[in-house]
Amino acid sequence: MDEFIQQTINGLTLGSVYALIALGYSLVYGVLKLLNFAHGDVYMVGAFIGFGMIEWLGFRGDAGAWEPIVSTWFVLAIVLLVAMAGTAGLGVAIERFAYRPLRNAPRIAPLISALGVSFFIAYSMQLMFGAQQRDYNAFGIDNGKLFLEGFNIGNVRVPLLRVIIIASAFVLMIVLWLLVTRTRTGKAMRATSFDREAAAMMGIDIDRVIVFTFVLGSALAGAAGVMFALRAPASVTMGFIAGLKGFTAAVIGGIGSIPGAMGGGLILGLAEAYTQGYVSSKWSDLFVFVILIGFMLFRPQGLFGKADINKV
Amino acid sequence: MSDDHLHDDELTRPLEGAQAASTAEGGTSPAVGRDEWVARHGERAVSRAGALGVLEQRLRTVPWFAWLALLVAAVALLPVGFESGYVRRVAFDTVVYMLLALGLNIVVGWGGLFDLGYIAFYGIGAYAYAMLSSSQFDVHLPSIVSIPLIVVLGAVVGLLVGLPSRRLSGDYLAIVTLFFFQLFIVLSTNGDDVFGKNITGGSNGIGGVEAAVDPLSFFGWELPQINSDGSFNVAYLYVAIAVFAIVFVALRFVNLSRTGRAWRSLREDPLAAEMMGMPVNWLKLMAFSFGAAVAALTGTIFASLNAGVFPQTFQFPLLITAYAMVILGGAGSMAGVAFGAIIVNVLLEVLREPGDARYIFYVAVVAGLFAIFRLSVKLAVVLGGTLVLGFAVHVVVGAISGRAVEGATNGGGWLADAAGAWVVIPTSLGAWAPISYVALVVVVLWITTLHGWWRIAVLVPTLYLAAFVWENVMLAKPEPTRYILLGAILVTLMVARPEGLLGEKRVEIV
Repeated sequence: MDEFIQQTINGLTLGSVYALIALGYSLVYGVLKLLNFAHGDVYMVGAFIGFGMIEWLGFRGDAGAWEPIVSTWFVLAIVLLVAMAGTAGLGVAIERFAYRPLRNAPRIAPLISALGVSFFIAYSMQLMFGAQQRDYNAFGIDNGKLFLEGFNIGNVRVPLLRVIIIASAFVLMIVLWLLVTRTRTGKAMRATSFDREAAAMMGIDIDRVIVFTFVLGSALAGAAGVMFALRAPASVTMGFIAGLKGFTAAVIGGIGSIPGAMGGGLILGLAEAYTQGYVSSKWSDLFVFVILIGFMLFRPQGLFGKADINKV
Repeated sequence: MSDDHLHDDELTRPLEGAQAASTAEGGTSPAVGRDEWVARHGERAVSRAGALGVLEQRLRTVPWFAWLALLVAAVALLPVGFESGYVRRVAFDTVVYMLLALGLNIVVGWGGLFDLGYIAFYGIGAYAYAMLSSSQFDVHLPSIVSIPLIVVLGAVVGLLVGLPSRRLSGDYLAIVTLFFFQLFIVLSTNGDDVFGKNITGGSNGIGGVEAAVDPLSFFGWELPQINSDGSFNVAYLYVAIAVFAIVFVALRFVNLSRTGRAWRSLREDPLAAEMMGMPVNWLKLMAFSFGAAVAALTGTIFASLNAGVFPQTFQFPLLITAYAMVILGGAGSMAGVAFGAIIVNVLLEVLREPGDARYIFYVAVVAGLFAIFRLSVKLAVVLGGTLVLGFAVHVVVGAISGRAVEGATNGGGWLADAAGAWVVIPTSLGAWAPISYVALVVVVLWITTLHGWWRIAVLVPTLYLAAFVWENVMLAKPEPTRYILLGAILVTLMVARPEGLLGEKRVEIV
């Protein structure tokens, strides 16, 4: 039972990170019908911006120790916001220079471009910061209390940090949900993803909607990057596999659907945690891929999505 | 090599079936899967004046087999001119990449299917050879048996992986094949402990002393992988180029067949192709299968020379490299992708050595400027401005801080000395490395949105910044630099020249 609770908490933490990545995939896919391969790398950049910010804010005071002049919580909030702003900017740049010129090109062109962008970002980061792992934990944030203190469920220790990660992921998802369903821009986004040409004819500024979509999706990826890096070391190669898993989550939930991406992320996170806990950590990736291929073949519209009808 | 001749006889070739084609000179015979206006852009383009135009005209009339013969002869004679085992080995790798590009071209260039699992087929071929002809399971099939077996195996696996493509299109297909690739990576890396059995050798691969992979052998005649003095056995280069020639000719026939034309129509518009009664699903499967078979064949050659297979070879960077070769050369053109493979592989090889990589950079920059501005005042302004700016900056910075110009250049040679006198090379860069790199990327992107003299005004400092980043940041780290360039090539080509170097321009008809 303890094992089960432990793995459930692991799964939920992992799942909320996957859900945030999946949302970015889903939003972009909904509006552009483009598989944004660079999304995983945007997430990786988010983790690195977070690392830089923690370092910069924490070592303002005394030289040797991590002692920010404001409270740890405030630092973490700033780190999250800066990472989100940075990745949002990166997302806009990617859209402007790599995807927009290809909007009317054959379907395969933006995909190849996306592949190139992904590669470019990952190796640019390696060029600048090296291939070694970056561990937020190495700073001794709050003397490590953040990673240890918490409460118990049965015999299982639940660090506060886990709760915060899950909670802030849910807050972000709710904010996104409200943005998409309750605002004019959200309405424009939904209209664009329903039928881009018709939306344009109705006077919707498609370019603005697409930029806004990239801002939202990339900011969520940046937040996910920080959240992931708070509990495991970050490296320049982490984007690729995380991007794949985020996409898997989006497909499980039904690509283009917001609740689908959230549900898919949580399902995937839990499935991975249980496989790691009960079967073998070596084969957990394999398990994820088998789930995805199964969904692709038998229910490509996902759990929450609607079947896509090919229009001529 | 030019594929244009290929297109010419395609245009004038009578079509099977009811359509009676006119083969008259400049006739407007209908061809399947191409837009007439686009198809005949060549006829309009030949009016280019001057010696270049004449040369281009002449080159067009050289038949394809002459080009192929020229290439084979060049590769075959290469060992005569180059004694070094290194150069021969690079030539061998290049031919292997050319084969790889030919196979990927079938799926991507002809079929228009986005196959991200292609390298897995290459890996399967290599692993299959290592299992059928090595001490791993003590099976030692002669190559003459194992290679045909592996080609068939590759085709069958390709067919199986292609099966989802019947229901999936575009992005979904890309992701399923990408996951297949991941599956292959997981299995090959963790395959040393499948229920306690060692199948793939795990991260150590198959090879080394205890599981050495057999050399190629034909009818009891063995080709040792290395000469007695430990250098590369040049016979493998001959085998590779022979296989390339055979595959090239075979694929040319496939391309001109009904299937080849059907593939192209599938690529242009799958829906229309289906309406025309083409067996779309079957065509997709065939494209996958053909591509996989070529990849598997390439894998056997690779594994046999290296006397081993290692999972580190068959990773994502190789996939990007293969795509860069196909896209750079021109997807759909066999000569183009082979040419692209040569360029990409030689480029990657030269970039390993900072002293050589420096030449590539400055030559590419000057050539690029020539291509953009031709011989004009603007070119003189840009080149002269950049040179003057460089020396001025060098003097000013040197006067402010001596250490800022005293760093050592990477690699040697006269160009390194010249660059050291022109570019600011600090002894240590610290945080300025990422800042200057990011600044360079931002400015280069910004320039693409500028026009006229503004563009030139920004271009001059940008070129100097590029030289600064190249000398200080990128030359020191060849590994990421190589892959950054590949990524940049893919994006730039897709945006600026999707048909690649030798490809055929396509126009989307809406």
